[in-house]
Formats: sequence, structure tokens, C-alpha cells
Amino acid sequence: MTTPLLQVENLRVEIATRHRDLVAIDDLSLSIGEGEVLGVVGESGAGKSITGNAILGLLERPARKTGGRILLEGRRIDDLDEEEMRRLRGRQIGAVFQDPLASLDPLMTIGYQLVQTITTHLDISRDEARERAARLLAEVGIPAPRERLDSYPHQLSGGMRQRIVLALAFCCEPRVVIADEPTTALDVSVQAQVIDLLKRMCRERGTAVMLVTHDMGVIAEAADRVAVMYAGRVVETGPTMDVLRAALHPYSRGLMASIPSMRRAARERARADLPMIPGAMPRLDALPRGCAFHPRCPVAIARCARERPPFVPAGPSGGACWLVADGASGEVPAHA
Amino acid sequence: MSDETLEGADAPDHPPAWWRGDFVHGFVRSPVAIVSATIVAMLLLLAILAPFVAPYDVRDPAKANVVDARLPPSSTGMFGDQYSLGTDPQGRDMLSAMIYGLRTSLLVGLGAIGLAAACGIALGLAGGYFGGTIDAVIMRAADVQSSFPAILIALLIDGITRTLMDRATHEALAVPILIAAIAASFWVQYARVVRGLVLVERGREYVLAARVTGVRTVTILFRHILPNVLGPVLVIATINLALAILTEATLSFLGVGIPPTQPSLGSLVRIGNEFLFSGDWWISLMPGGLLVVLSLGVNLFGDWLRDALNPRLAS
Amino acid sequence: MGFMIGRLGQTLIVLLVAALVSFMLFRYVGDPVNNMVGQAASLADREAMRTQLGLNDPVAVQFARFVGDVLRGDLGMSYRFGQPVSDLLLQRLPATLELSLLSILLAAGLGVPLGVWTALHPRSRSAKLLMLASLAGVALPTFLIGIVLILVFSVWLGWLPSFGRGEVVSFGAWTTGLLTASGLKALVLPSVTLGLFQMTLIMRLVRAEMQEVLRSDFIRFARARGLKRATVNYDHGLRNTLVPVITIVGLQFGNVFAFSVIVETVFQWPGLGLLVIQAIQFADVPLLAAYIVLVALCFAIINLIVDILYAVIDPRVGAAQFARGGHA
Repeated sequence: MTTPLLQVENLRVEIATRHRDLVAIDDLSLSIGEGEVLGVVGESGAGKSITGNAILGLLERPARKTGGRILLEGRRIDDLDEEEMRRLRGRQIGAVFQDPLASLDPLMTIGYQLVQTITTHLDISRDEARERAARLLAEVGIPAPRERLDSYPHQLSGGMRQRIVLALAFCCEPRVVIADEPTTALDVSVQAQVIDLLKRMCRERGTAVMLVTHDMGVIAEAADRVAVMYAGRVVETGPTMDVLRAALHPYSRGLMASIPSMRRAARERARADLPMIPGAMPRLDALPRGCAFHPRCPVAIARCARERPPFVPAGPSGGACWLVADGASGEVPAHA
Repeated sequence: MSDETLEGADAPDHPPAWWRGDFVHGFVRSPVAIVSATIVAMLLLLAILAPFVAPYDVRDPAKANVVDARLPPSSTGMFGDQYSLGTDPQGRDMLSAMIYGLRTSLLVGLGAIGLAAACGIALGLAGGYFGGTIDAVIMRAADVQSSFPAILIALLIDGITRTLMDRATHEALAVPILIAAIAASFWVQYARVVRGLVLVERGREYVLAARVTGVRTVTILFRHILPNVLGPVLVIATINLALAILTEATLSFLGVGIPPTQPSLGSLVRIGNEFLFSGDWWISLMPGGLLVVLSLGVNLFGDWLRDALNPRLAS
Repeated sequence: MGFMIGRLGQTLIVLLVAALVSFMLFRYVGDPVNNMVGQAASLADREAMRTQLGLNDPVAVQFARFVGDVLRGDLGMSYRFGQPVSDLLLQRLPATLELSLLSILLAAGLGVPLGVWTALHPRSRSAKLLMLASLAGVALPTFLIGIVLILVFSVWLGWLPSFGRGEVVSFGAWTTGLLTASGLKALVLPSVTLGLFQMTLIMRLVRAEMQEVLRSDFIRFARARGLKRATVNYDHGLRNTLVPVITIVGLQFGNVFAFSVIVETVFQWPGLGLLVIQAIQFADVPLLAAYIVLVALCFAIINLIVDILYAVIDPRVGAAQFARGGHA
């Protein structure tokens, strides 16, 4: 098997607070191969964005990485100094954030920001950079690209702005792109277009994409594989179709069941409302003992309250649940 | 189930008792907060107890011994009076003058801020609730006035009142006029905050429901808005208090504030200003020093209060 | 264009209100006739005088006349000085203007770089020290700063003068102290006193604004693109910080007006501030009334300039205003 493009091994991120250090990310491992889109999904606060920031080396006080390794094309990047990391960012690892209007400097033209990024990393002249920028704008579907270079961000629509953000992320041909909620701030009609564009750009370039979102629909549409996060841990990974149809972890099952679907509605006409997972994800300073999900879990057993289940691979998938690890154990469930 | 899930910390649904809460916790841990609050409290106490604490009653100009004028600190007067901080050109004991001056400063400062808050809250409520032209007029006036510094507004108001009444009346009414003049420069912030809150609450469902059932909106406003308003108002007031105190002192220094017969820290500094070159530094510097301590104390506490009550800054 | 006209209209209204207040003072406070005619004149003479002065005309007509006079530069006669008010104002204007401009230059020239520096290095010891010192600027009253400076530099060290402007050179109506050694020396203490409070204000403002900007998403995105730290901090960060800061500094001109009253009193500086104090103390109504109009005019002009500047610098504002102007 070829070396994955991006590997995260046993990542641990802690947040220093007044009372004690909280564990935001605990023993997280994932990997993304060339041209592959890994969807990272979970509720708000699960730690998805922090993972992305850790990979980019943009963790800010009071959060800091306290364990684990991050490898890009087999080389460690988590122990580089600030200058080396800066050179990686934009050039080897690109990023797309949630709010396209907030991501662009309002005082500068699109062209200026593009050319600035390109000339920072690539050794080409400003004119060549401008050419390249225009070509990129055309590629992301901006009409009249050459004229648009002199526009300001506020003069464009939300969809166009996110396309430009994509152009900025891809302009130096990075190997990996971290996309943190790229469609959340967009109109529904525009979301599909942007997702399509993202898919196309990374397929053409063989870029590995980490697509962070809480929107299961986006996952279903765009991700090849999916990693489900809960309370700072990965509780399941696997090919998207497998996870969608037959998730291993009870939490993932709950998530998948909450996707509105025409077919399912027809099948489950008896049910009046959309299935929800009761309760809420625990706060970092009040994590339950044992499995973090067990208070909300419909099939928890006694063991779940005592010991934390390790992540157990199962073929191309894997889950962190005692029921996955032990198979049917015969113990009486603690819940009805 | 709830027992075994939680380790050690209080249940997240029930906030801890207020004396264990974040606010008091932050206060106790912050040396700045403790020191500044103590200083302000002590000065406040001093001002309230002035008649009992000050060695001499300097409010009556006839009691001063002109013979003892301009004595340096730790002197004894012609008739055996002890002057621990010296005397001013009229023979008044500096320590007593400063204590009474402190009293005046706090009286005017607190009075002005209180008046400003009351007017500002009232205008904010009116503007937010009634909307329309009333709101527009109030806000426009607020915009125009907030671009003028407090000193200038207070100065001009005092000046205008001076031209409207004769000298004797003006001197008798000096303190209320000063309070009103300073209050006039500070009402805007309160009005804006309150108006914002009223606008938010006005559209809420419980207000609409109450109106439908006939509850007077005024009652709703008072019972629901005012409690929410108190926090921000308190922060604004503390920060403004320092400025109000300094404004009074400045106006008195300029000769257009408290009349020279009544003790005031600002006018003491002005009196002392003429004697700097003769080396009688204590007449200016000591009241000045007290003023600085007071204003620093209030400022620091106000800053700390603002940071403590602002949820966004708490990381 | 619509934006411009709207702002101009607003300015005009403010000016008219100030003129009204001034007119009220002028007309109804004190009796102009008394001042002109003296105690012994008969009632009939007074009435004649009143009609002659136009004091029996309808109020609106009198107000219009007043405005006309003001526009022509006739602001009446000062009770105290016995000179035309406009002469007095023009005489004292250069002194105040020179002092104000110098102090603003000082304040901005030091305040902005220091603010930027403390924002970029928030945890360094010098930054904490500077923030502490800036508190002094806010908590210390301006007049006290002036007095302490006089004490140190005039009384104890004898280096700098403590009152007056020194020797001044005249250019027609303008007088300047910048061209003589004594004039320059006389400018030092007053402008430092006037500028200190503003410098701390600007410094704290720039720091707060820059910290806010550095937390924003586009800065994060710029760092995520691997731009150099200097580029992120200055090209993106500073530029966005300066936009609101420039407008605040511009508005500071107004503050200077107020504080120059204090500084001119401490240093006996012969400017407008000292003039208005004397006007208040002697209930010199014409002078006071004229001062109100002058202040309103200056503030209105400053606000207008600042708004225009903002529209020019920030591409978003210009567009929004112009778009709105198209409809209104």
C-alpha cells in the first residue's frame, strides 16, 4: 500500500484553563491518501477544527499539542519551527475556512491577494503570477477573470468569494487541503456548486482533502471516506457508503439516521419525526468515565461506563466501541 | 446514571453558588482589583466621615488663621495649631482642606454620574420603546453631543448659566449646577446601551404576549429590561466616575467650578499654582496627589470590572 | 454624491442649532441697549434705540440678521475687552492652532508606533510597562501634568519657560513661535502636556484595534496561506487597523480644542482657550456666543473631513455610501 499523503498519529491537544488542563483531542489518528477526500464529521465542539488547526500548525494559546505525530508524505511536520512551518503552509498544505467574506482582506483586491500568495511561495515574476491568478479564477468558474482581479471582496457574491478562497488555497498546488466547514456559510443553492468544484480540483491534482463539516449531506456528496469524531476522539472511520448504510458505532448510526432522506421517509412512515440523539455532547471539563458517549447511547452495557473502548480496526473501517470490539458479548444492556 | 458519569466537578446544569462563582473568584485572585477597591473604599469612607476625621473644619472661611498662611508640612502655627500637611495661603489646614475637597469631588462625581445614568436610562427607554421621531431626535442629539469632549460641554453649560444669573446666585447654586453640567456630558452612553436592550426586548414574544393580555408594556420594561441593564450600566458608571471627578477638578482649577470659598481639590491646586516658584510645592502637589490616587483607584477598578463582566474576553 | 449632500445637510443643521443657541444668549441675556446708551437715558430714548437696533423686529428676522452678521464676520463687541470679537478671535487663533497641531503630531507620532508594538508583543515586559504608564496618562488630569512639568523643568531645572509664547514672528495676520529659539522652547512643555493624554489614548486605541484585527478570520487565512509574518502583521494587520484609527485621530482634533483651554490656563498661553475662560469669568456674552459658534463650526468641519476620509480610504464604505446615494 502506498504511503498515505497525510498521517496523523495519536494526536493529543490540551487546552490550559484556570483550573486545570482540558484534553480537547485525545489519541486521534487518521490518514488521507492521494486524491482522497476524508470527511471529518461530528457535532460542534467535537474537536474537528482543532484537528485541522493542529495539522496546519495554527494552534493558538491556550491550546497546544502535547503528543502524537503528524506526517506529510512520510516526513514529520509537527516538530518544525515556525519559519519552516510557514513555508509549508500554502505551498504543501492549503486551507479553506468557513466564512469567505471574513477570509478575504477587505482592503485589498482579489488580484493583490492572489499574487501575494503566489509570489510568496513560487519564484516567479509578478506578471507571471498575475497570469496564473487569472487562469485560476477561470478554472474556478469566475466570469471575466482578468477584470475580476481588480475587484474587492465586498463587490462579489458569497459563492464567488468561496470560489476565490478555493483558488487561493490551491494556487500553489498543495498536496493536502484542509477544508473547515467550507459550505456552512453559503446558501444551499451555492453549496452544491462549491462542493463540486472542490471535488473536481482535488481529483485533477491528486490533492488529499480533509473535509471538516457537521453537515451529513455534504459528507454523503463529497467524501470518499469518513471519520466520525466525538468529544475529541475518532469513534469510527470507514468508506462513506459503508458508514452511511451500516455504521459500526452507535453514535455514527444515530448521525446517519438523522439525515433526511426521501427513501427512508417512505419506509418509516410510522415515525412522526426525525430521529434525534437525546442529550448533548459533554463539555470538556465534564467528560464521563469510560466511553464518552455511553450516557446517550441506546445500547450501552455496564462495561461502557467503566472502561474506555480503544479504536479497533475492522478491515477498511474501524470503531471505538465495546460492542464492535467484543462482538455480541451476552451482557445485559444497562438501558432498556 | 447521573452519579457515575460525572467526576468531581459540579453538575454542569447547576452553576456554583455566587461566592464560588467566576466573578468573586476573579476578584480574589486579582491584586489590582483588591488594591483598587480597597483604596476607593477607604477614600469613600474618609469623605463620608469628613466632619469627624478632619482636624479642622475648613468649610467656614472665618475660622482660618491668615497668620498661619503657607506653612510647610509638619509645622506648628502661631497659636499652637498642628498642621501635619501644612497650610494654604488663606491659613487653612491642608489635611482638612484635602479631606473636605475629597468629599466635594466624590459628591459631585457620584451625583453627576447618578444623574447622567438616570437621564440616560430614561431617554434610552423612551427612544427604544416609542421609536419614531422621538427616537430619531434623541439619537441625533446623542450623536452630536458624543463628538464633544466632556470638559467642553461642562464648561459651556457652566458658562451659560453664569451669564444667566448674577454672581451671588450662581455661587450659592454652584454644586448643583456643576453636577448638572457634568451629567449633561455623560448621559449618552447610558441612553445608547439601554435603547439597544429595549429594542431587543421589544420584539420578544413574551412582550407581545403580555401586550395582548393587557399588561402595560411599561411594567414589562421595568421588570425585565432594567435588571438586564444594571450590569453594563455599572461598568460604564465606574469608568465614567473617574472622568467625572477629574472634570470637576479641572473646572475648579480653571476657576469655573466650585467657588474658591468652598474646599475643592482642583481649586487648591490652582491656588498653589501661583506659589510654585516660591517653593511652596505642597499646596499644589498634595491635593494633586490625592486626586491622582482617587482617580487611579476608580480607573483601575473600573477597568477590572469591565474585563470581569465581559464574557467575550474571558478565555 | 448623494452621500456628500446628506453629510453637508447634517453639518448645516448642527451649525444652525449652534447659531440659534448663540443668538439666544446674545439677544436675551444682558441688555445690549443698556451697554450702548447708559443709565441716564430716558424710556423714550431707549425705545428709539431699540427700534434703531432692530430689536423690535420679529425674532425670525433678528435671527436671520444675526446669521448674516456672523457670515460677514461681524460677531459683535466684547464687553470686557471693548474690541470687536472677530478681531480678538483672529488674534488668538494662531497660538492655539500651533499648539494643537504640534501636540497632535506628537501624540500620533508616538502613539501609533507604540500601540502597534504593544499589540504585536503583548507579553513582553516593556509592553506591560507601557500599558501601566499609559494608565497614568488616562488617570492623571491634564492640568496636574502641566504643573508637575513646570515644577521639574522650570522651577527645579530652569531649562524651559513656564508661561507665554516667547518671541513670535508675524506674517500678516499670523504669528508663529516656530522661528525663534525662545518661541520653540516655550512650545515644548505646553505641547507635551496637551499631547500626553492623547498619546496614551491613541496608543491604547491602536493596541486594542490591532489585537481585534489580528484575531479576525482573514488574518488567520493569511497565515494559513503561509504569508510571511511581517506581511501578515503589517500589510494586512496594520492597514486594517489604521482605517478606524485614522478617523479617531482625526476626531482627536476636537478633543484638543477642549484640552487647550486647560493647557493655556496652566501655561498662560495667549490663545483661544484663555480667552474663553476670561469670557466665562466676566460673563462676556458676545465673546462666549461667538466661541460657541466657532467651536460648532470646527467640530462640524472636522467631522465632515473625517467622514470623507473614511469613505476614501475604505473601499467598502465608499461603495455603500455611493450606492445609497443612488437611491436617496
